[in-house]
Amino acid sequence: MSRSPAPERFQPSTFSFSEENLSRAEVVIGYYPPGRKASAVLALLDLAQRQNDGWLPRAAMDAVAKYLDMPRIRVYEVATFYEMFNLAPIGEHHIRICTTTPCQLRGALDIVSRVENHLNVELGGTTNDGKFTVDEFECLGACVNAPVIWIDDDYYEDLDPDKAVAIIDALCRGEKPTSGPQINRLTSAPVSGARTLLKPVD
Amino acid sequence: MPKLTINGSDISVEKGTTVLQACELVGAEVPRFCYHERLSIAGNCRMCLVELEKSPKPIASCAMEVADGMVVHTDTPLVKNAREGVMEFLLINHPLDCPICDQGGECDLQDQSITYGAGLGRFTEKKRAVDDKDIGPLIKTIMTRCIHCTRCIRFATEVAGVEEFGATGRGEHMEIGTYVEAAVTSELSGNMIDLCPVGALTSKPYAFNARPWELRKCESIDVHDAVGANIRIDARGADVMRVLPRRNDDVNEEWITDKTRFSYDGLSMQRLDTPYVRRGGVLKKASWEEAFGVVASRIKNMPGDRIGAVIGDLVDAESMVALKDLFHSLASPHIDCRQDGSKVGKGVRAGYLFNTTIAGIEHADACLLVGTNPRMEAPLINSRLRKRYLMGGFPIGVVGASEDLTYDVEWLGDGPDALASIVDGAHPFFEVLQRATNPMLIVGPGALAREDGEAVLGTTAKIAELTGMVREDWVGFNVLHSAAGRVAGLELGLLPGPGGQDVNGILNCAAEGRINIVYLLGADEIPMERLGSAFVVYQGHHGDSGANRADVIFPGAAYTEKEGTYINTEGRVQRTRKVLFPPGLGREDWTIIRALSDTLGHKLPYNNVGQLRDRMCAIAPQLSVLGSVDPAKWGEVGFSGPMRREPFAETVKDYFLTNAICRASITMADCSALKGSREAMAAK
Repeated sequence: MSRSPAPERFQPSTFSFSEENLSRAEVVIGYYPPGRKASAVLALLDLAQRQNDGWLPRAAMDAVAKYLDMPRIRVYEVATFYEMFNLAPIGEHHIRICTTTPCQLRGALDIVSRVENHLNVELGGTTNDGKFTVDEFECLGACVNAPVIWIDDDYYEDLDPDKAVAIIDALCRGEKPTSGPQINRLTSAPVSGARTLLKPVD
Repeated sequence: MPKLTINGSDISVEKGTTVLQACELVGAEVPRFCYHERLSIAGNCRMCLVELEKSPKPIASCAMEVADGMVVHTDTPLVKNAREGVMEFLLINHPLDCPICDQGGECDLQDQSITYGAGLGRFTEKKRAVDDKDIGPLIKTIMTRCIHCTRCIRFATEVAGVEEFGATGRGEHMEIGTYVEAAVTSELSGNMIDLCPVGALTSKPYAFNARPWELRKCESIDVHDAVGANIRIDARGADVMRVLPRRNDDVNEEWITDKTRFSYDGLSMQRLDTPYVRRGGVLKKASWEEAFGVVASRIKNMPGDRIGAVIGDLVDAESMVALKDLFHSLASPHIDCRQDGSKVGKGVRAGYLFNTTIAGIEHADACLLVGTNPRMEAPLINSRLRKRYLMGGFPIGVVGASEDLTYDVEWLGDGPDALASIVDGAHPFFEVLQRATNPMLIVGPGALAREDGEAVLGTTAKIAELTGMVREDWVGFNVLHSAAGRVAGLELGLLPGPGGQDVNGILNCAAEGRINIVYLLGADEIPMERLGSAFVVYQGHHGDSGANRADVIFPGAAYTEKEGTYINTEGRVQRTRKVLFPPGLGREDWTIIRALSDTLGHKLPYNNVGQLRDRMCAIAPQLSVLGSVDPAKWGEVGFSGPMRREPFAETVKDYFLTNAICRASITMADCSALKGSREAMAAK
């Protein structure tokens, strides 16, 4: 995935934090000792990304650098290091399908091809209507519930191609599907039912 | 002190030494890419792996501190195997383009792959490729060759003080660069080329011009500022191909400025290669005899006090001695080596030298900068100040223009008013200086090249005396010069004699017709229009403003074409080496003056450079010892008098165009244009 800045035509010339985000930024900076403002860089980049439709233009990174008294390159280094920061415009919903080993063993690649077909878009692309961007992602860290996809702020777990498509269709209709395991299971509890702590212990 | 065993020999080293440094002490060579003595330790190339007994795996010796009882091996099969593994990984993504790479022949990766590289690669997958970056007219980038040692990032961040370089992306996608296309804004950027262990960063002007083994290497001295950086000039045939730094910890460590490194193309442009005589308003080529004849006929019946001389910034001590003696025999008192009009040179030597010495900056613990922008006037002194600043506990106050000097300063005011309140003890910074153990101050051309320069000098000297800068064991009073020839001129006394005019007076008298002949020895930075109708003789190597105005031109030699003695701002005596011959009919400068003296009937009493240097050392005995600084005694410096109110001015208008050599250089013109457009953008 390219980590270079988006082409010039997408780049806004300025960026400034909203009042609300400014006060949030102040709270985050307050977590750290005086003179250690730069520690808040990840949080501020996240705020900036949320404020800017899910991606970070150069102006936003520069604004964060200025706000935290950091050289700009130090902010670019952080923003390009973490794949969670998008450096080019994305669709309304960002679908990230985990394809790392456990998910792949549990059928993630089938989900990928099904989603690609369903939305008529390749990995890394955005649908023509601007509704979805589909990306591949390295380990989402929820291997117990593989395969997993991450849409916007939520994980959808224990999927198969049909369930994945159903979630996307629900989003398309403007609904908010329930996140978490998509099978009858409480978080990461055993699929075949509880085996320990079957009765209260006194 | 920890004791350890390396390859069977016992050694005890200071605490805090790294294993790599200890290995070097016993003569065990350790290969490395990312480690560099003058940069922070990164430990990311893994080439310096050594075997440490009782350690489960080889250790990166650059990043491991020694401990008592360590047993280290650098020559076991395990070490060789480990390094071969590292090398194989480095070569996976390194292109096999040595035949078209400018680093070829002086490449660390190439050299070390001889020892640790496998004859065959086992990698059959696709190699990665990285886009080249445009980081200005000086550094060419071929980023696919980069092995991510991060030396350039650390240099920019730590030494140059411009945090513009970084590593973006990660893993396979990591790239070194500025992320957004932009030229590096440092005057020291060229050093990244030397630091780069591979061919990722190479010199753009030198690209595809030569191979290192074809070059004639000559150790010399730089003259673009008054630091006197030690350089190596590489030439082929009749051309200087490149300029590289030479290590001298007392002066330039191992850095040089971009102006030193890249202005050499100016040495072959706009050169004066034959004498000229102005006839009918036009400069016509002439023979030496004709040119001497014209000058002799003008000077012969002219009283001495109607002749003046101005000495330029790049002039060597030898020709200054010759000119001084010639003017003495012509009975002219009007001679001045301070073409910028600075009011230094009267009184004791300590009053015009950088007494603390450049290396001494590291022992200071408070600093006052007066009318100086060291970043422009002497970038290498600025980098020393930054080095000291990074050690901590080094408050720096600035009186003068407030500029970005790459370190934090306290701006105290822009002119003499602020200086006056410091000397009165009213300003809090006075106390900062007084409390410091080794306080220092640097007074620069901006404060001295003005009418009240001597009063300003006197005031700063008083601050020095009042704050304990002048002691037996420490002199914290420093004058920063920006011209390579200035200190030699002052040491040799090329100052107005009794009743003589300084440069400003010479110009005034020339305009009023009271001085009829002006001899410009390499002086290009004076307002030529003020020379009025005077007959102007210009001796120098470039067709710049002096030659334009001249009535007779004597073609001289540039610093690469003569053995010239230069004294840097500390008072360090150093000598350039003759790499090439001057072009055409050009001659070494002192010989021109010697020959002219013969024509004038005042034959100077030296026939070779040895005799001339004897004369030079008779005038100033401190010039007889090369390489060292003769400490100057403190005494009366400047005088106390009223200072004017105008703020101290910036003296360097354009860093890349300060003398005739760089003004002739296309590379420097590119740098200047880029800087200009960047400043215009910033102003917008």
